[in-house]
Amino acid sequence: MKAFATLYLRLDATTSSNAKLEALRDYFATAPAEDAAWAVYFLAGGRPRQLVPTRVLREQATAQAGLPDWLFEESYQAVGDLAETISLLVPVRAHGSDEGLATWVEQHLLPLRGLSPEEVQRRLQPLWAQLDRPSLMLCLKLITGSFRVGVSKLLVTRALAQLAGLDAKRVAQRMVGYTDISHRPTAASYQMLIAAESADEHRQRGGQPYPFFLAHPLQAPTEQFDTLLGPPSAWQIEWKWDGIRAQVVKREGQLWVWSRGEELVTERFPELHSLAQTLPDGVVLDGEILVWKPGATPAELAVQPFALLQQRIGRKTLGKKLLSDAPVVLQAYDLLEWQGEDWRNRPQHERRRQLERLVEDHPLALVLLSPLLEGPDWADLARQREQSRSLGVEGLMLKQREALYGVGRTKDMGTWWKWKIDPFSVDAVLIYAQRGHGRRASLYSDYTFAVWDAPAGTPGRALVPFAKAYSGLSDEEMRKVDAIIRKTTVETFGPVRSVTPTLVFELGFEGIALSKRHKSGIAVRFPRMLRWRLDKPVEEADDLATLQALLA
Amino acid sequence: MDLVIARPEGLYCPPGDFYIDPWRPVDRAVITHGHGDHARTGNGHYLTASPGAGILRSRLGQDINLQTLPYGERLVHHGVTLSLHPAGHVLGSAQVRLEHQGQVWVASGDYKVEPDGTCTPFEPVPCHTFITESTFGLPIYRWPSQGEIFADINAWWRANSAQGKASVLFCYAFGKAQRILHGLDPSIGPILVHGAVEPLNRVYRDAGIHLPQTRYAGDIPRNDPLLRQALVLAPPSAGGSSWMRRFGEYSDAFASGWMLLRGTRRRRGVDRGFVLSDHADWPGLLWAIGQTGADRVMVTHGSVNVLVRYLNEQGLDARAFATEYGDEDDVAPTEPTP
Repeated sequence: MKAFATLYLRLDATTSSNAKLEALRDYFATAPAEDAAWAVYFLAGGRPRQLVPTRVLREQATAQAGLPDWLFEESYQAVGDLAETISLLVPVRAHGSDEGLATWVEQHLLPLRGLSPEEVQRRLQPLWAQLDRPSLMLCLKLITGSFRVGVSKLLVTRALAQLAGLDAKRVAQRMVGYTDISHRPTAASYQMLIAAESADEHRQRGGQPYPFFLAHPLQAPTEQFDTLLGPPSAWQIEWKWDGIRAQVVKREGQLWVWSRGEELVTERFPELHSLAQTLPDGVVLDGEILVWKPGATPAELAVQPFALLQQRIGRKTLGKKLLSDAPVVLQAYDLLEWQGEDWRNRPQHERRRQLERLVEDHPLALVLLSPLLEGPDWADLARQREQSRSLGVEGLMLKQREALYGVGRTKDMGTWWKWKIDPFSVDAVLIYAQRGHGRRASLYSDYTFAVWDAPAGTPGRALVPFAKAYSGLSDEEMRKVDAIIRKTTVETFGPVRSVTPTLVFELGFEGIALSKRHKSGIAVRFPRMLRWRLDKPVEEADDLATLQALLA
Repeated sequence: MDLVIARPEGLYCPPGDFYIDPWRPVDRAVITHGHGDHARTGNGHYLTASPGAGILRSRLGQDINLQTLPYGERLVHHGVTLSLHPAGHVLGSAQVRLEHQGQVWVASGDYKVEPDGTCTPFEPVPCHTFITESTFGLPIYRWPSQGEIFADINAWWRANSAQGKASVLFCYAFGKAQRILHGLDPSIGPILVHGAVEPLNRVYRDAGIHLPQTRYAGDIPRNDPLLRQALVLAPPSAGGSSWMRRFGEYSDAFASGWMLLRGTRRRRGVDRGFVLSDHADWPGLLWAIGQTGADRVMVTHGSVNVLVRYLNEQGLDARAFATEYGDEDDVAPTEPTP
């Protein structure tokens, strides 16, 4: 535990990638395999489900620190991180444990899940007493599932590859699925990551998918496309679907469905299970899972709003009604494996042709072929893109016809561009603010926005809250807004401040739907600040009618 | 009668007709210490503790109308007995003790309870009413020992020097810089200072405080290999300025009590944060308040509401005093003060 805490401190103390890489190499060079297995898991973003309810941790902390609850809350608001707050409040101890990360996780922490609060309290006390401050903070972050340090999965991959003398892409491939909730890291699974290259590398993969190839946003004006991209004929052009990116893996009679976060989601989509019979072995499809209008013909673009898919994801059990109201399909757009062979190093157009043949030869009701768009020039395609909103898609995808299938957001093997439509936008008024977390701890950085409930000039009109947003401002702007909030505070309720309305922002969002849960009757998706409208007085902010018009 | 009240000009003593650290110009000002938010220009008469005279003149001008008083010596003005007592914050910092008709009030200004070797250590002064700051008035603030911090700073410097990188340490020019100089191990390499730090070093040395040898960074030519072994003390405002270019490759750090929090440290965007403050931490504040024996406590700048509520729950009569010192808010300000 101490060694991992030391690694955490080293990673946290620097912003240089090289220094981080060095710290990782130093750690992995000496860590026992069983500890390294868990370190890879956490560093690469793996999180066990929350082990202990937050309330129990807070009670334990206030009791040990001898503080009233309200003072704990004030402290938490200033720090913005529960694990850090607790480690700063409880009595400081000398480090007294020489057990490794694996022992801590497997024998002390994981067994806490599901125990009664009293039992958890009883076990936590002696555990905490063995840890110095950095180790305690780390331990709490593991317990709460909030472990994060500025290290990308790619960097971990590179460190392991350097240490083992392997190609980083090979390690990336082996690491797919490593952080899935169903996988338990062991010394053996770590050794598999760094083992020497073997002849049957491919056959050892079981149900593993490939690392996803990701698209870059395209933001240039259309007039520059010819210069930037060449003619449209060099590109495979498709709709950009608004669903769940997924790989469907069929090998040796078995089917696996993986989401982009490399989570195994097979159980969430029972509709797709019949593919275990209908897809040939040795096939990996890349595509998008979407809710499709029940009874639509295959030729129709009958994609349903993301909100429906989201409802399904949230459910623990999928009832019959939900499955018949919101059935899913896979819009397939790439073929990564065919007849058991890795096809990622073949060009996009060749993969596409084989995908088309596959879908023709094996009529698969649930697998639709993502249609291709064509146009004589970019201006024409820009016009087609205008229909995106009415069709329920997010814009266009441009894939180089010669592109190989890369790893992550790389550009060295060809490029995928996402050419999204502009977000919806309205001018809204900041009415509540709350302090942020992490880097924004103690800064008022999380805001609630409102629009007017009636047009300008209506006597007694009021502001109705409709969205929360906390991204889109520069650090400099955020500092200024923070200062204004402190000066214009009207009331404080717990961590939230209401302010005299003076600030107007242009808010952007991706989707809009009616909602019974919101006071305004409207819910928006992925709201963020596009611009601080310093030029706009509060009276000129938009009203509910603007939002209602967007619903149409 | 209250011996100190809050007025728009600053904290005011009605029977004595003078102000303590006023933020608007007044006729008579008692100054607790030389930081900019406590010592301002334009007052008719200044009174400060003797060791603080050099600082005050160097910051406010040689020609201010300044009277000094040694720590502990008494002076009677309009029937108010006034004396100054060490606050342990920076060179010349003082608590102001006022006695009138059997009532004793002490205004602490800013204070730190851990002795640091560059100024006279804090001394508790018994009183009926204690006016305390609350900059770090949350229980999360518990300082590591300064020995540990100086060991960390020296180790960081040594490691950079071994890699041929300059070590640029940002800190406030008055007080913090001299305290760091006092704790550095000068055998590691040369110590350079920014132009804002040098004049204050002179004042400290004139006052008999031992500081290791320093050189003005501007005197060292660019590309001089000496830079790559050096530790450089600079005010935070120098960060990101063209002044930094002379050092080539460097590692940077910031020394402040706010560096205790990961969030503030990351927002600073420096390689390292060293937890070193001129203010009392939470246990320090509670200890100092307890030592005075005061049953009434007036809380100024910092976590005012938190400290007031906590002290009331402990059975004291605690109230807030609105001042314009430091940041008036309840939490860590965006731009930390010393």
